[in-house]
Amino acid sequence: MDRRDVLSGAAALAGALALPGMARAQAATEVSFFYPVAVGGPITKLIDTYAADFEKENPAIKLKPIYAGTYQETIVKALTAHKSGTPPVTSVLLSTDMFTLIDEDAIVPFDSFVKTEDDKKWLAGFFPAFMENSQAGGKTWGIPFQRSTVVLYWNKELFKEAGLDPEKAPANWTELLDFAQKLTKKDAAGNVTQWGVQIPSSGFPYWLFQGLSTQAGAILANAAGNTTNYADPAVIEALQYWVDLAQKHKVHPPGIVEWGTTPKDFFERKVAMMWTTTGNLTNVRSNAKFPFGVAMLPAGKRRGSPTGGGNFYLSKKATPAQQEAAFKFIRWITTPERAAQWGIDTGYVAVSPAAYETPAMKAYAADFPPALVARDQLPHAVAELSTHENQRVTKALNDGLQAALTGTKTPQKALEDAQAEAERILKPYR
Amino acid sequence: MSAAPRPVAVATHSDPYAPRGLSLTLESAGAILLALIWVLPLAYAVWAAIHPAEYTTRFVLTAPLTLDNFTRAWAAAPFARYFLNTFILVTMILACQLVLGTLAAYALARQDFWGRDVAFALILAQLMIMPDALIVENYRTLSRLGLIDTIPAIALPYIASAFGIFLLRQTFKTVPKELDDAARVEGASPLQVLMKVYVPLAKPTYIAYGLVSVSYHWNNFLWPLLVTNSVESRPLTVGLQVFSSSDQGIDWAVICAATLMTSAPLLIGFLLFQRQFVQSFMRAGIK
Amino acid sequence: MTNRATATIHGWLLLLPAMACLALFTHWPAVASLVESFYSTPRGRRPARFVGAENYQQMLADPIFWKAMSNNLWFALGTIPTSIALALLMAVWVNDKIVGRTWVRMAFFTPTILPMIAVANIWLFFFTPQYGLLEQIIHAFGGRNTNWLGSQDTALYAVTVVAIWKEAGFFMIFYLAALQAIPLNLGEAAAIEGASRWTYFRRVQFPLLMPTTLFVLINAVINAFRMVDHIFVMTRGGPDNATTLLLFYIYQVGFSFWDTAYAATLTCVLLALLAIVAFVQYGFLERRTHYR
Repeated sequence: MDRRDVLSGAAALAGALALPGMARAQAATEVSFFYPVAVGGPITKLIDTYAADFEKENPAIKLKPIYAGTYQETIVKALTAHKSGTPPVTSVLLSTDMFTLIDEDAIVPFDSFVKTEDDKKWLAGFFPAFMENSQAGGKTWGIPFQRSTVVLYWNKELFKEAGLDPEKAPANWTELLDFAQKLTKKDAAGNVTQWGVQIPSSGFPYWLFQGLSTQAGAILANAAGNTTNYADPAVIEALQYWVDLAQKHKVHPPGIVEWGTTPKDFFERKVAMMWTTTGNLTNVRSNAKFPFGVAMLPAGKRRGSPTGGGNFYLSKKATPAQQEAAFKFIRWITTPERAAQWGIDTGYVAVSPAAYETPAMKAYAADFPPALVARDQLPHAVAELSTHENQRVTKALNDGLQAALTGTKTPQKALEDAQAEAERILKPYR
Repeated sequence: MSAAPRPVAVATHSDPYAPRGLSLTLESAGAILLALIWVLPLAYAVWAAIHPAEYTTRFVLTAPLTLDNFTRAWAAAPFARYFLNTFILVTMILACQLVLGTLAAYALARQDFWGRDVAFALILAQLMIMPDALIVENYRTLSRLGLIDTIPAIALPYIASAFGIFLLRQTFKTVPKELDDAARVEGASPLQVLMKVYVPLAKPTYIAYGLVSVSYHWNNFLWPLLVTNSVESRPLTVGLQVFSSSDQGIDWAVICAATLMTSAPLLIGFLLFQRQFVQSFMRAGIK
Repeated sequence: MTNRATATIHGWLLLLPAMACLALFTHWPAVASLVESFYSTPRGRRPARFVGAENYQQMLADPIFWKAMSNNLWFALGTIPTSIALALLMAVWVNDKIVGRTWVRMAFFTPTILPMIAVANIWLFFFTPQYGLLEQIIHAFGGRNTNWLGSQDTALYAVTVVAIWKEAGFFMIFYLAALQAIPLNLGEAAAIEGASRWTYFRRVQFPLLMPTTLFVLINAVINAFRMVDHIFVMTRGGPDNATTLLLFYIYQVGFSFWDTAYAATLTCVLLALLAIVAFVQYGFLERRTHYR
């Protein structure tokens, strides 16, 4: 940890304590903190260590991390707790839940806490792609923390077997199909033993699909979060491409591909290329028994991927002292050094360019270049689909995608239905 | 549905319909085949738990053995705390169910009073309207009571059990009235009669019901998932789900190890007491 | 009369703790759901307002609701008869002196002990395409690849199979206890009359098991509307709602869409369904068994 940083942290603390209205003599301010354990590994221990370090520097603040399960479960818990009156002071929730949280009147924007020049510089320091999902109506509602994007992993051994250059990932849709055709293998009975590519479609297919739709040149929802473009011709084209990979070209497993088993499929050499989160990097690195590569998603009309993952939010129902203390913690944990360390330890994308300039990150990237792929893709990244009534509006798309992938609807019909449903839900928000 | 304690079939009688020879062989083969299918998930859990992760999908007899998955699972989540929570939970639920059930069943079985049939009907309604159907409203009630994220919150909707009251009522009804009268003549109060006469005679029902209740609440998931947030109140099932649902895909080796750990107390318990278990069901007349 | 009054006070005092809990967690929420189903969902600063039957109209127009209803119906039809028949078969088998009886009985009962949420992960492996256990077996016999959970044609069957596996062994215990309570001299008498084993089962054992069958049936019906734990792990209701059951949909609407009024409306439908089943069954019970 940087010494200067500790000092500035201490200075900030002294400043905060001098503020009128902050009762110094009071017992330590308790800050409860919902954290989704959505990545495997010893992540809870990391968070506990961070909390302990922070408390050591800020003895007046008592952090209480609560590990609440998946993102899905964490938002359920945070909102139910909000409705019953005692929500956590701060939570890491999906960036896409921003509109829902605003509609429920559950969070406060960060702007009023950003006072000094230093604070402003810190807020401006994040990757713009991540801020797209953190700001609405001119205010900053979320601070990026545990963010990711979709990338392509490929098995170099299988590439070599198929006569492909093992160091070169497909750069565009044509190449992706072409490579996948070469990589798909069948046994004597006609059963496929190795698929060319797979894109998971269980649970939250919209997220991976957003890679395809962005590459086709479409944006799924407007920035105000009250209009979707599910039936845009480019979106239909993107879905048609995905469906064709499976149904026409038969280089992608048919039906729904389970998100949870996709890394295992990759390790088992059942698939040569997979699309999944950058958050899987550490997992793949420790479990793949073959050399693998990580690349940006292939380009259609353009390159593209959604961002994903979680932001910090501040609860509206917490006391001002608690909010101030939580803000300090958020500010502390997103400094470049810690963001870099967090990225190294978990595989998530470090949230600011400055984090990639730290010595620790530079050393890590020199040793393991795939760690930089996600960052390099960020200029092409777009905000993850997020609207008012987010869960319902994305479910409409998920259902449509699954219907098309399982062959019960054509891509056109599936997306038109999804659009009609989204229209119905979003009408009151215009 | 009578609940009289019946004599257990005496072994000296021989069952003329007991299969012999070929039919016994066929029947045994069928039963064993079905049993193998039934035990397959457990067998797989054992396989995956004691082998390294590469062997979770490959069944090679020479695969090396390891206990690593157990240590990893144990270290990855506070299972000791989850065990304690589940233990407190099932004990709390069972104790309350038995006390409330006994009192209510006694009233319904042996007191003749105004409104009894209405009360019985209101209780039976819960047989069908199970607490799981009312998650939305019950959640609201418990948050009004300020009990969200506590173990009592998981327990409360279940502590008055129509099933338990019904079973005990049926059992109490079979207790000879003379025993009741005799106790009263000796000057026992109604509660003393209940404790001295009825409860001891209903022991098999208590055991059978207790086993059903414990195994049900040990494994219950949806409601605890909703009302718990923190390690301090989370029972094993929810802890297991939090632990196995990860962004990075499923690690069956560790999940299986965790599954075996968390189910071990019930599995061992049933293995040791299965004969008594079946017999108490029989004596309790749950059939 | 005073005697009767004392008894009434005593009776209700004894009932009080249980009735209070039932009122708070069963009767009141049922009524509250009904009331709430006529109001809109409060959101942020917009309070709930009376909307009449609007939620019900929305429900009738909601294709996912109809999908959940039909899924649940098929799930019930798939699980109830099969698990009861299997339970009876298992009980008859382990009641006879077959080879390895203790172990077989234990095997049948294991699913009851294992938490559904955990075994669902294991079943997920069984159904996984390509290297899943089922696929490995089918492959060995030269069969074709199937994506069991990833296809709309098979996903509901897959989750139904898991439910049957889970509950058959539990019901077996009830049948087993009932079978063992049938006096052996009935068998002897039937044997003297020269009845075949099948006749004995059909004419003597099965009718004597009728109360058990009804008891098990009630449980199976309730379970058909309650068992959703494995859906959380295996499919989350997908693909395209092919495995969305009513209670799972209530969870989704209530706790992930935050549409509490609509969730209450769906709850009312579930309660109405259960009530209808209850009336049919009690009518049946009254006719077929002497209950009191």
